[in-house]
Amino acid sequence: MLSGCDLVLLHPAGDVARQESDLMIASVILMSLIIVPVLIAIGVIAWRYRSTNKHADYDPEWDHSSKFELMVWAAPLLIIIVLGAMTWIGTHQLDPYRALTRTGAGQPLAATTQPLEVEVVSLDWKWLFFYPQYGIATVNQLAAPLDTPIHFKLTSTETMNAFFVPSLSGMIYSMPGMQTVLNAVINKPGDFDGFSSNYSGEGFTDMRFRFLGMSQRDFSRWVAKVRASGGNLDTRTFNQLNQPSRAEPVHYYARFDADLYHRILNRCVDPGQLCMDAMMTMGAHGDHAMRDGAAGDAMPSHPSMTAPARDAATH
Amino acid sequence: MPDRPAIWNFLLGRLSLSSLPLDNTIVVWTFVAVALGGAAVVGAITYHRQWGYLWNEWFTSVDHKKLGVMYMVLATVMLFRGFADAMLMRSQQAIAFGSNLGYLPPHHYDQIFTAHGAIMIFFVAMAYIAGFMNFVMPLQIGARDVAFPFLNNFSFWLTVAGVVLFMASLFIGDFSHAGWLGMPPVSELRQSPGPGVDYYIWGLQLSGLGTLLTGINFVVTVIKMRAPGMTLMKMPMFTWTTLCTSGLIVVTFPILTATLFLLSLDRYIGTHFFTNGFGGNVMMYVNLIWVWGHPEVYILILPMFGLYSEIVATFSSKRLFGYSSMVYATASIMLLSYLVWLHHFFTMGSGADVNSFFALTTMMISIPTGVKIFNWLFTMYRGRVRFTVPMLWTMGFLFTFTIGGMTGVMLAVAPADFLLHNSLFLVAHFHNVIIGGVVFGVFAGINYWFPKAFGFRLDEFWGKLSFWFWQIGFWVAFGPLYVLGLMGVTRRLSHFTDPSLQIWFIVAAFGAFLILLGILSFVMQIVVSIRRRDELAVGNDPWGGRTLEWSTSSPPPPYNFAFIPRVHERDAWTDMKKHGYQRPLEGFNAIHMPKNTAAGMLLAGLGTVFGFAMVWYIWWLAVLSFVALLAAAITHTFNYDRDGHLDAEEVARFEHTGNWAPKAQGTTA
Repeated sequence: MLSGCDLVLLHPAGDVARQESDLMIASVILMSLIIVPVLIAIGVIAWRYRSTNKHADYDPEWDHSSKFELMVWAAPLLIIIVLGAMTWIGTHQLDPYRALTRTGAGQPLAATTQPLEVEVVSLDWKWLFFYPQYGIATVNQLAAPLDTPIHFKLTSTETMNAFFVPSLSGMIYSMPGMQTVLNAVINKPGDFDGFSSNYSGEGFTDMRFRFLGMSQRDFSRWVAKVRASGGNLDTRTFNQLNQPSRAEPVHYYARFDADLYHRILNRCVDPGQLCMDAMMTMGAHGDHAMRDGAAGDAMPSHPSMTAPARDAATH
Repeated sequence: MPDRPAIWNFLLGRLSLSSLPLDNTIVVWTFVAVALGGAAVVGAITYHRQWGYLWNEWFTSVDHKKLGVMYMVLATVMLFRGFADAMLMRSQQAIAFGSNLGYLPPHHYDQIFTAHGAIMIFFVAMAYIAGFMNFVMPLQIGARDVAFPFLNNFSFWLTVAGVVLFMASLFIGDFSHAGWLGMPPVSELRQSPGPGVDYYIWGLQLSGLGTLLTGINFVVTVIKMRAPGMTLMKMPMFTWTTLCTSGLIVVTFPILTATLFLLSLDRYIGTHFFTNGFGGNVMMYVNLIWVWGHPEVYILILPMFGLYSEIVATFSSKRLFGYSSMVYATASIMLLSYLVWLHHFFTMGSGADVNSFFALTTMMISIPTGVKIFNWLFTMYRGRVRFTVPMLWTMGFLFTFTIGGMTGVMLAVAPADFLLHNSLFLVAHFHNVIIGGVVFGVFAGINYWFPKAFGFRLDEFWGKLSFWFWQIGFWVAFGPLYVLGLMGVTRRLSHFTDPSLQIWFIVAAFGAFLILLGILSFVMQIVVSIRRRDELAVGNDPWGGRTLEWSTSSPPPPYNFAFIPRVHERDAWTDMKKHGYQRPLEGFNAIHMPKNTAAGMLLAGLGTVFGFAMVWYIWWLAVLSFVALLAAAITHTFNYDRDGHLDAEEVARFEHTGNWAPKAQGTTA
């Protein structure tokens, strides 16, 4: 039965998911303080005051008691104050945009540690991962060395998806023309499920990938394997890959066009398309021809998010 | 456009023979069954010469009680449809593992979960609450009808228009596969070029307009038409929740209309509100739709809170504990419901400050909700609790909803939501509160007010059987989904690779089967009760009710009250009984009554034609039906022959005979 019930969210292998899971469990315990007595009281009171029990008090006019009223507002309020404080702190500490300060309980991060950079693109319906530090890219397979912070930047080509490896960390949306960020770390070796957790159309069901947590040495070997066996991801290959497909097998790419991720994010993969960031720069400088097209003041509040700009140049 | 002479393209738009899903056996057989069933019903009505009765007494009626009953019938029919979708999904997920792809390809499966969600919310839950509010609220405030009786009839038929378009999509063309909220970019032309999303848009635009008009109607009714002496703080709880829900509808539904309108501009004239390129922004749609969508779930649950309050007080034979607390709790839920929408997408990356704010506002809603639970508990405390069928449903609600509330607060903890969002845990949670809160309330309310509407009680045996099948079925169906959610399984998947999950889906499918037995028991309950109606006949006040609807006959006369009651106390009917109220049997006056009208049906019918024409790009018909719609509406405003009088003798006849007849005088249960 144990194999049939692997509650991964209760014992994830990554420190971020671990902390999120702990907070979830703590919230349940805290709420149980009030929920469990209430559930018992529902049964007890209803039974005790059943109409056939003539021994119970009956007071049909009793409808107010300041003491009880105070209690019914105060009890949930107190629980929510505590839970709210926990949530406020947890939400800030576990903000996916916030760089990690530790790789595990009692394992603070050395200031010199370089995180693994991964640029993630959700395509219809598969995942593309760029490793800019290694110059390699993969499809539907992601690997990372243990206890090393991973800094994900995510975008999408056409549909909105959510990048989710339950063992690793919480999910984050990937959206076209925008960039989201996720910081995570994997602490145990393994071959974990990864998938899209936001419905994105017909091929959504098969939009799965494997996430491999491995030792630094195995990771280096893995990188070498990708370099040795992979092809070249240029604009043409990318456009082929970008065609909608389902249950795509793993691909390895030993090289990729250096600015490909940037062009995907800014929706200018094909030559001749004006990149959104370039357009916004023009807008900000009051370029006359582009004045209608770019919105310098439309920058969203979150600094890591590129604002969607109008793709006027392609028209 | 299909390859055919241009004239056909002009006449039929993009509609063609290939739009009929003849290659899909499931749909074809469904169509055959629906066609045969429909033919049988039409034939039976014709054979029994009941068309005139239906037309005069129901379809054209502006009586809030009859409209209420029609909403309930409509909602029940749509419950069968929505539940059939649920059974299809449960059985697909129970078998589609590994090499077995199941019997529903994604193209079909995606339409089914979209239809299931949209139908259950808009045409089951919304129609049920509209039915309850229609039937009960005017009676509770001692009014003769709602403020705008014609508008009420029009609202109902607009809801039917939405239903017709949704159901038409089953057999002509296909339905949206973009989820119940029609999220772009999936709902944009690139991914949904077919008519599905257009059916969704126009179905909701028509029924949404109906809902908005209902909201306006009920706000005005509660504000302006209460019986003398009924101050706001003397209103029954159900009336309070009706007022709050109607307020929410009035403020919220225009957002839905506007959002869907922007989406339709994207789809019809090539604007870029929510497209990926050209300055469109999907995030704007997600925000807008949830700014409507979150208050929407409180629109559903608030009337149920009111309904439970009435039932708990009645069957505890005791005043509702903490009435003022209840009112303030309802009002604060109403206000807070506008401040929580972002909790539906914590995972979009809005940043910690924004997420924290919405997490806290969401948690705050649990405070007034918790207050309500406590108040119901203290209402039972020192009461005399009678475990009738409505009370059983209320007990089921208290248990189930409390647990659903807890899992809801878990999801409100933003970091936990990063793990649980879009998972089957979420699916289990919202079914836990919507079934546990709204559906249980529907059955509680039907069992409670049925005697008022028809003059006889519902059979207890089948009622209890239905109750237990639902209670057990619910946990067997959704308990596994909580577990699967914690196993990291996301929703809307039509196929799985991990065989260890299968057992949970099989258990869940069995739970759905138990719920099916619950629904069938409910149908049996109705059938058996109708056959035993003479035995089950009751008087005006079968439960020892506390509010004004129990002071008039069962069913009430068309004018509800021969003399408008004067209210002195909160539980007005209890107060009247305490003071030895005697029903006057003479001195009746003529009563001013609105006349029946077919205008609502006509306008909504033209709206349906317009929607259908827009879906299929039949532009000439769209223009024609839209012009006709405007013309008919304007013409109707010049119809001054809208009302008449029921003279005093007729009122006397109602008051001396019929539903007040001696056989139905006793108070039972």
